[in-house]
Amino acid sequence: MGEPVIQTDKLTRRFGDFVAVDALTFAVGRGEIFGFLGANGAGKTTAIRMLTGLLTPSTGSASVAGFDLYTESEKVKRNIGYMSQRFSLYDDLTVKENIRFFAGIYGLSDTAIKEKSAKLLKKLDLQHAANARLRSLPLGWKQKLAFSVAILHEPKIVFLDEPTGGVDPVTRRRFWDMIYEASERGITVFVTTHYMDEAEYCDRISIMVDGRVAALDTPEALKRQYRAESMNEVFLHLARAKPEAG
Amino acid sequence: MNSFRGFLRKEFLHIFRDRRTAVILFGMPLIQLLIFGFAIRNEIQDVKLGVYDKSRDAVTRAIISKFASSGYFILSREVHSEREIEEAFSSGSITEVLVFEPDFARRLQRDGRGEVQVITDGSNPNLSRIVSGYTAAVLHDYQESAVPGGGREAGVVAVPLMLFNPELKSVDLFVPGLMALILMLVSALMTSISITREKESGTMEVLLVSSLRPAQIIIGKVVPYFLLSFINVVTIIAVASLVFGVPCRGSLLLLLLESLLFIVTALSLGIFISSVTASQQVAMMIALAGLLLPTILLSGFIFPVASMPLPLRMISNIIPARWYLIIVRGIMLKGAGFSYIWKETLVLVAMSTVLMAASVKKFKIRLQ
Amino acid sequence: MKAEKQAVQLFALAKRFGKVEALQEMTLSVGEGELFGFIGADGAGKTTLLRILATLLLPGGGRAEVLGLDVVASYRDIRRRIGYMPGRFSLYQDLTVEENLRFFATIFGTTIAENYDLIRDIYIQLEPFKERRAGKLSGGMKQKLALCCALVHRPELLLLDEPTTGVDAVSRAEFWQMLGRLKEQGITTLVSTPYMDEAALCDRIAFMQEGRLLAVETPDAITTLFRKPLFAIRARQTWPLITWLRSTPDAHSVYAFGRAVHYTDNRLSASRDELLLSLQRQGFTDVEVQQIKPGIEDTFMALMEPERGERHG
Repeated sequence: MGEPVIQTDKLTRRFGDFVAVDALTFAVGRGEIFGFLGANGAGKTTAIRMLTGLLTPSTGSASVAGFDLYTESEKVKRNIGYMSQRFSLYDDLTVKENIRFFAGIYGLSDTAIKEKSAKLLKKLDLQHAANARLRSLPLGWKQKLAFSVAILHEPKIVFLDEPTGGVDPVTRRRFWDMIYEASERGITVFVTTHYMDEAEYCDRISIMVDGRVAALDTPEALKRQYRAESMNEVFLHLARAKPEAG
Repeated sequence: MNSFRGFLRKEFLHIFRDRRTAVILFGMPLIQLLIFGFAIRNEIQDVKLGVYDKSRDAVTRAIISKFASSGYFILSREVHSEREIEEAFSSGSITEVLVFEPDFARRLQRDGRGEVQVITDGSNPNLSRIVSGYTAAVLHDYQESAVPGGGREAGVVAVPLMLFNPELKSVDLFVPGLMALILMLVSALMTSISITREKESGTMEVLLVSSLRPAQIIIGKVVPYFLLSFINVVTIIAVASLVFGVPCRGSLLLLLLESLLFIVTALSLGIFISSVTASQQVAMMIALAGLLLPTILLSGFIFPVASMPLPLRMISNIIPARWYLIIVRGIMLKGAGFSYIWKETLVLVAMSTVLMAASVKKFKIRLQ
Repeated sequence: MKAEKQAVQLFALAKRFGKVEALQEMTLSVGEGELFGFIGADGAGKTTLLRILATLLLPGGGRAEVLGLDVVASYRDIRRRIGYMPGRFSLYQDLTVEENLRFFATIFGTTIAENYDLIRDIYIQLEPFKERRAGKLSGGMKQKLALCCALVHRPELLLLDEPTTGVDAVSRAEFWQMLGRLKEQGITTLVSTPYMDEAALCDRIAFMQEGRLLAVETPDAITTLFRKPLFAIRARQTWPLITWLRSTPDAHSVYAFGRAVHYTDNRLSASRDELLLSLQRQGFTDVEVQQIKPGIEDTFMALMEPERGERHG
């Protein structure tokens, strides 16, 4: 696996009596594409919020990008990237302004920003749209841009929360091309998705059920273990074991 | 009809589920009334008065002593030059200066006209306005007592409002304005928000597809806020009368009926806003900027319409609260009957009709 | 299909919003009792189409009939007879499960009891939470409640706009089981979805892209529209495999599918053995090459105009 970039030990978060995340223990290696699956309400969002330093754990310990989640959450934030379907870029700013703004947040210098945005626009083939409002771009492009911006500052890990919703299968695969590339460059990719075929693109997968990790392995091994044809079957088998409690 | 009842039921559930809003809606009128009522009352006592008497005769002395005994003014210093006036203001030792012209008594005798210059601190226009109103009233009092029926033009502009509020109670003037404001807020703002919320959440799509007719949806949205507003009117009048002793000199029934009319106008406005906007945020912005601020600033609530520049005076004509204020002040403070306020009533009726017609027409049976 | 009565018919139906052509002259008919799926990404025109059928939008050109009635002229009649579930589950978040359902029953002039048999299977799962506010339900539960609300007046036609978007795989599977049971009750259902795997559960499907119908067929027959030989290729390292395949001049399409790569070749003569050999020569290990039958997703991607998909995302 290489050196772990995320390492958690019995990480737990309670809300009142409700245990949203229960003793989460796992490690994710450098450059790994790690699929983080679970039904709605299984605790995925809470777990991601803790790992990105947005929510303090109740008990347990974890280090992300080599920093302690409790004492160095600011450093954690500086060394990760984050993109979600719900929040990524500003619709009313232009492509260029978006890049500038997010690069600025992560503390890149003006010259670095200039250089990087030019490179990025070229790579995404977006030069002609650099001054277009983001709103006018097709969703697929927005997603690619959001991902590129999330890794502009070369973070050790990028968290992707359902990054590919609503696009056609070809565009979805183009997006995964970018994930593979990032992983080749040594960036760890931590991704959640409702598309079970995407789960199979991951190096390893964890499936959360009711706040616990019910399974964690490579897609191949999981399919073998549950004698399933596809990840969808594995997922249904595990997540259905307990009736959903609303 | 059954489906309409179901719709109404749901609207009330929304209102009572949202405790915070419900508390604000019912609590706000009370709290505002109490705050403004007490705050304004305190502000007008102990006005520090400076006097620059260039005449020093019996009449000026009499006037000054009238001020001193009025209970609202404290004679805090005598001024001897123009320069001193400025000094006194900047040091904050006085709030108002009265300047009597030389030969005040003689001129008053000879020309029927003596000039008192009333200088107030313009940096606090509100206070300044209230204070000069008081001053005018005290001067008027003096004239009345000294020369009953005489001294018609004593070089003092009497503020007409004071005529019917001789005890100088601001809270009396404040209550009608507050009623207008609260009714605007509850009726217009809340209806527009409640309709646009359905648009935002997508439930409007389902309502449209149901067998409810547009008129039923509109009426169903309006009825709850109509009732709420009415409860608020009654609360304000009751508290104003019980706590502050604000009288209702005219017919209480007429006052309630006119208030109902104003509520209808406000509700029509709310529906109209919601029929032209798509999101709660926009509806709220329009309601706040387009309704509440004008209701406060342009209706005559705080600044008298008569003293506004012409363009603003013209704009004030399309503000429903302006007409409602005249009506309420008429009934409550002057004891006016319907024959005095039928014109204003007609304006409100016309406004409501036009707005209702426009919004029913604008209300879409489809999404676009 | 033609002999049966038609539940929905489109005749060169078109709609534009400003410069965007949301629907381009669509002609289609859906028979009574069918479970019909519109498959496509955001911006394909699915929502616009369903809204026109729900009489919420006016057609820009052409016309459409629902249950034999024109969507413009007879909108009131249509509204009474259809059930419509908009894209975001349109529930009142501050009302409880039961209050929501009762409300939607009353505005259609009916009661929960009257049509309980139709929704019982679904509502039974919600009943333990009937005092809970809709806003506090999970995505899957909201989806079930929204379906109940759309069904409570026993509509003849059900229009569901992306009912499974953002809902987890378990809830999605359960939802489709419910749709299957409704079909047994004779309810015609039009459902839109961005998930290719749900297409197989429909009687017939329409592939949509940017306001156009790419194909309309049964799930089984639609894959015959895929004409080239299709290979599933596996190797130890997937990403290098993809990049290398793309760099070869003969590659027509290279798409990741799970752990495998689905590959078509520009040459008709391409054979399994030849591919295997050239891959091994490149130094790929654990190589497997299989010729496979194309699936629904393969077909969709093949039918999309490739540069179009690239350009417009």
